[in-house]
Amino acid sequence: MPSMSRRSVLRGAALGAGVVAAGPLLTACGGSSGSSGGSGGKTVTFGSNAAVPQPKGAYVNVFAAAKKATGLTVKPNWVDHNTFQQNISSYLQGNPDDVFNWFAGERMQFFAGQGLASNVDDVWKNIGANYTDAMKAQSKAPDGHYYLVPFDYYPWAVFYSKSLFKAKGYTVPTTWDEYIALAKKMKGDGITPIAFTNKDGWPSMGTFDYLNMRINGFDFHIDLMRKGDKWNTPQVKATFDHWKQLIPYYSPGFAGQTWQEGAQSLVNQKAGMMVLGLDQIGTIFTGDKAADLGLFAFPEIDPQYGQTAVEAPIDGFMVSKSPKNKDGASKLLSYLGTAKAQQLWLGTNPADVATANGVDTSKYTQPQNDAVKLITGAKSLSQFMDRDTRPDFADPVMIPAIQKFLNSPGDIASILSNVDKQAKTIWASGN
Amino acid sequence: MTVVDGAAAPRTTPPKTKRRHLKQLTARDRVSLSLMAGIPTLLTVAFVWVPALASIVLSFSSWTGFGDFSTIQWVGTENYKNIFTIYPPFDPAIEHNLIWLAVFFVLPAPFGLFLAVQLDKQIRFSRIYQSVLFLPVVLSLALIGFMTELIFSPTQGLINNLTGHADHHVIDWMGNPHLNIWAVMIMACWRQAGYVMVLFLAGLKSVDPSQKEAAALDGANGSQTFRHVVWPALRPINVVVLVITVIESLRAFDIVYVINKGTNGLELLSVLVTDNIVGEASRIGFGSALATILLVISLAFIVPYLISMFRKDERE
Repeated sequence: MPSMSRRSVLRGAALGAGVVAAGPLLTACGGSSGSSGGSGGKTVTFGSNAAVPQPKGAYVNVFAAAKKATGLTVKPNWVDHNTFQQNISSYLQGNPDDVFNWFAGERMQFFAGQGLASNVDDVWKNIGANYTDAMKAQSKAPDGHYYLVPFDYYPWAVFYSKSLFKAKGYTVPTTWDEYIALAKKMKGDGITPIAFTNKDGWPSMGTFDYLNMRINGFDFHIDLMRKGDKWNTPQVKATFDHWKQLIPYYSPGFAGQTWQEGAQSLVNQKAGMMVLGLDQIGTIFTGDKAADLGLFAFPEIDPQYGQTAVEAPIDGFMVSKSPKNKDGASKLLSYLGTAKAQQLWLGTNPADVATANGVDTSKYTQPQNDAVKLITGAKSLSQFMDRDTRPDFADPVMIPAIQKFLNSPGDIASILSNVDKQAKTIWASGN
Repeated sequence: MTVVDGAAAPRTTPPKTKRRHLKQLTARDRVSLSLMAGIPTLLTVAFVWVPALASIVLSFSSWTGFGDFSTIQWVGTENYKNIFTIYPPFDPAIEHNLIWLAVFFVLPAPFGLFLAVQLDKQIRFSRIYQSVLFLPVVLSLALIGFMTELIFSPTQGLINNLTGHADHHVIDWMGNPHLNIWAVMIMACWRQAGYVMVLFLAGLKSVDPSQKEAAALDGANGSQTFRHVVWPALRPINVVVLVITVIESLRAFDIVYVINKGTNGLELLSVLVTDNIVGEASRIGFGSALATILLVISLAFIVPYLISMFRKDERE
């Protein structure tokens, strides 16, 4: 290259380095949400944790209906469920969408308390009549303001295959002793009594919550979750002692299997019962299998507490701290807080039930109707361990602790004393 | 180590005893050279060293990562105390990182060399063998994690179904905390061996064939030729392989994260850092303390390497 001097090459290289250097800086200024401003009064951006085909399709239908009803165009930003949760704190502090998917309970209050969400009191002026008092209570933060609009929820229960129970002549157990007796009988029949699959770590939390609420009552359980100061007590130890009795009836190799594999073994009638959420198992028992899916309340252990507490996680929507289109967000949520919108969504996603009153239950599947019956009969609703307690405690501390217990149930005393120590340091670190 | 040399480059007043070749450079040349060395240095400092130092500072604090810096509480060495006393995943994580390091030294490194020597012998189809053995290196570790599940899943995995352990006497390759690290290790070694093989192949190409011929004429057999001619010529590559092995074992992350988020027998330091900082939890101070520990471990390998490199530079 005779026309090019050594110097111009050097200059080009230096310029090139400069451009490359500026690259990351420019992208760093962009938001994490990928929303490109430009939202006038007619567009609402929506951060969704539902990137999988279902319930994504259900949301697309609802957004189309929302446009008809309110004239607002919803611009969704689809994110994978777990990724969305993993990144929530940087997302909310960065450049979040106007409205986003989130959960009730401590998990909502934590972010509301950090000032990362707007209150939605104006929305509740329109939708207040659609909700029960229990739902209202679950949507408020301690400051008395509303931060959540509930959309759908689903119960955790013991699920089973009706046809298997019929064929083998099993009856639904209501007490601990009956539950254990049935599990024994199933084992004798060559069936895995309780499908329990814990590769992801969180499914085991549902079993803990139920055992704890049945043995120590709802109030103790919620206190333990919110304050974290009673882990090293005889009450919690009793919970794990009962749990120990279930381990012999669990799926072989449960620590290496996903909940989908466990639910599959229930469909194939290789397993008899499973503690899971309808939201999960309803995606496995689909089509004509849905009618075969039965559920019953987790059995009673202490008659004083009976079966009155039900674990029913509520999913809903929140508004970010400074939405670009506040009026639009309120209008959209006022629409999503109606039975009509929720019914439309459930039409394509029958693994949940609506949170608003006035849904036409004749369109529900059998499991959905059973779920409604279970929830409406409940005296108190818990959310789930990872929604009832602090996010910096639930996954990092409790998942390894429960896994350790399941691997060596004899070590429960030292495991609990360790959980207690960790809880104290985490709660002491304030918010 | 251009970065380290470059740091000293942008000097405005040249020293009095000018070296000959510096004189031949015009002022413009010097400006462009300074820019070329300086900009990458600045970038490295801004994107590597400043965050690293910030992590060390933050490791003495308790911070949720919300709000501005005024919400940071300084807690001294409490994070470190908690890590070493009441944080159960820490010991297994250190143990697994060390297992990773040891296994990478013992298995893939020698095996990669063995493969490279075999392929260097100009056997037929050596191109095909090379491609097949190198293929896993092209795959991302996350994908290899997924493949590990397909092979080792207790009920649906290949191994248990082939050996009849899928229904009865299930061997829980993925869920048993004493077994799963080895299942993952096998897959990680499979990839690493291909990586090391390619490095050694490149090194073997640089061995002078005439020396090999001379050794053969002097009556040296294959193993003697390797020991006295090939092995000494591979010395620079050995250093590269050593560094790669250390780096790959300390940054192992994606393969275990895909399988079970790095819990229940698959704990690694990198996962613990991510869990506490990136997740919903945001224990910035605690996670930074873990990251600092990882940094110290890395430095224990990097510093001796750098010292030996600089010594060599001075000798030459």
